[in-house]
Amino acid sequence: MKLNFLSTRTGIILVGAIIGVLAPILQKLGNPPNMGICVACFERDMAGALGLHRAAVVQYMRPEIIGFVLGAFLSALLFREFKPRSGSAPIVRFILGIFAMIGALVFLGCPWRALLRLAGGDGNALVGLAGLGVGIWIGTLFFKSGYNLGRSQKTYFSVGLIMPLIMFGFLLLMLLNPFIPGQAKSGVLFYSLKGPGAMHAPLLISLGVGLLIGVLAQKSRFCTMGAFRDLILFKQTHLFSGVVALLIAAFITNVILGQFHPGFVHQPVAHSMSLWNFAGMVLAGLAFALAGGCPGRQLFLAGEGDGDAGVFVLGMIVGAAFAHNFGLASSPKGIGPHGALAVIIGLIVCLFIGFSMRKQA
Amino acid sequence: MSNTIDTRGLSCPQPVLLMLQAIEKGQNNEFLVLVDTETAKENVIRAATSKGWQASIVESKENESTILLKKE
Repeated sequence: MKLNFLSTRTGIILVGAIIGVLAPILQKLGNPPNMGICVACFERDMAGALGLHRAAVVQYMRPEIIGFVLGAFLSALLFREFKPRSGSAPIVRFILGIFAMIGALVFLGCPWRALLRLAGGDGNALVGLAGLGVGIWIGTLFFKSGYNLGRSQKTYFSVGLIMPLIMFGFLLLMLLNPFIPGQAKSGVLFYSLKGPGAMHAPLLISLGVGLLIGVLAQKSRFCTMGAFRDLILFKQTHLFSGVVALLIAAFITNVILGQFHPGFVHQPVAHSMSLWNFAGMVLAGLAFALAGGCPGRQLFLAGEGDGDAGVFVLGMIVGAAFAHNFGLASSPKGIGPHGALAVIIGLIVCLFIGFSMRKQA
Repeated sequence: MSNTIDTRGLSCPQPVLLMLQAIEKGQNNEFLVLVDTETAKENVIRAATSKGWQASIVESKENESTILLKKE
């Protein structure tokens, strides 16, 4: 049997720790506070860069996300793990992506950022992580009662190329329409001049870190949702040890870099409406669980040829556009005018999916 | 063969879930598990060995592997 070091206990801890160190460093190099890496926030910024929403403070084509997919793609090709597959209820995965994003933007962060916020001292992240755990726990109840989106099918090599090609296209767009200081638009792309979207590490560093994490995460199967799910469903701590490593490494790195500021109020790019921090992450956690991966993992799966994970990613990008066009996303002032309603609708939709898509044994 | 668990095409956590449900029924001491991703292969082997089963790859084609699980 071939040994895959990164999928051992030591391997997953190492990968978690590397992400935990790199994310605060990206923050130091320019990324937004407690947001060295946030898959949800960064996909939202990409939706903004493309003009799918016009929230001027969150528009930037994030090279980290591009790197995640392309890194996973290269790793999968190199290790002969590139497996083009699709067809496991893609439309359901698209809807789950939309509501996962809406839930994450009510809390203001994906599970990665929830950990990074906690590692930066933001106490509200504890509430979000509790919500995430509850959402995933609800998902495990559906798994136990037969929830299953069906089998994917092997397909053409080129089907697996679609998502990496989309990301490569985004990279080309960015290189052809580079940021011009003081200008909110360069060619077809939008660029934030203030707010989180205006805060970013240098392009090549962001891309390089993204590629590295893409390779490591593809080989180690790092997944924050899976960490909680496997703990609850199987009492397995394998993936969870990677998450703990990320948290500890990010905390230590933040302390060293002077980025640790404990408290609940005036935390960067965060609000302290606990009920909605909790409920938003219940929705996100449930949607991630039903779709089989956290937003980061969906990017890595998309890179290794999983078309359904790619559809989930596109759902998240579209969900981000809805979230900002319809006043669903939160801001440091609190939840958006229609955020609460969107979370409730999202939970109803996820419950409908969970209850109605069960195979009876 | 009734002792074969086909997890091909299923996303996480289905492969491990189906395998654990099968071995917990306790009716057989031997199972074959069909997997079609490296992730599913690693996860099934990790979960089965943690339950005290022995796992070995009996067949490996380009895209698929067959894992033999044996209870001591």
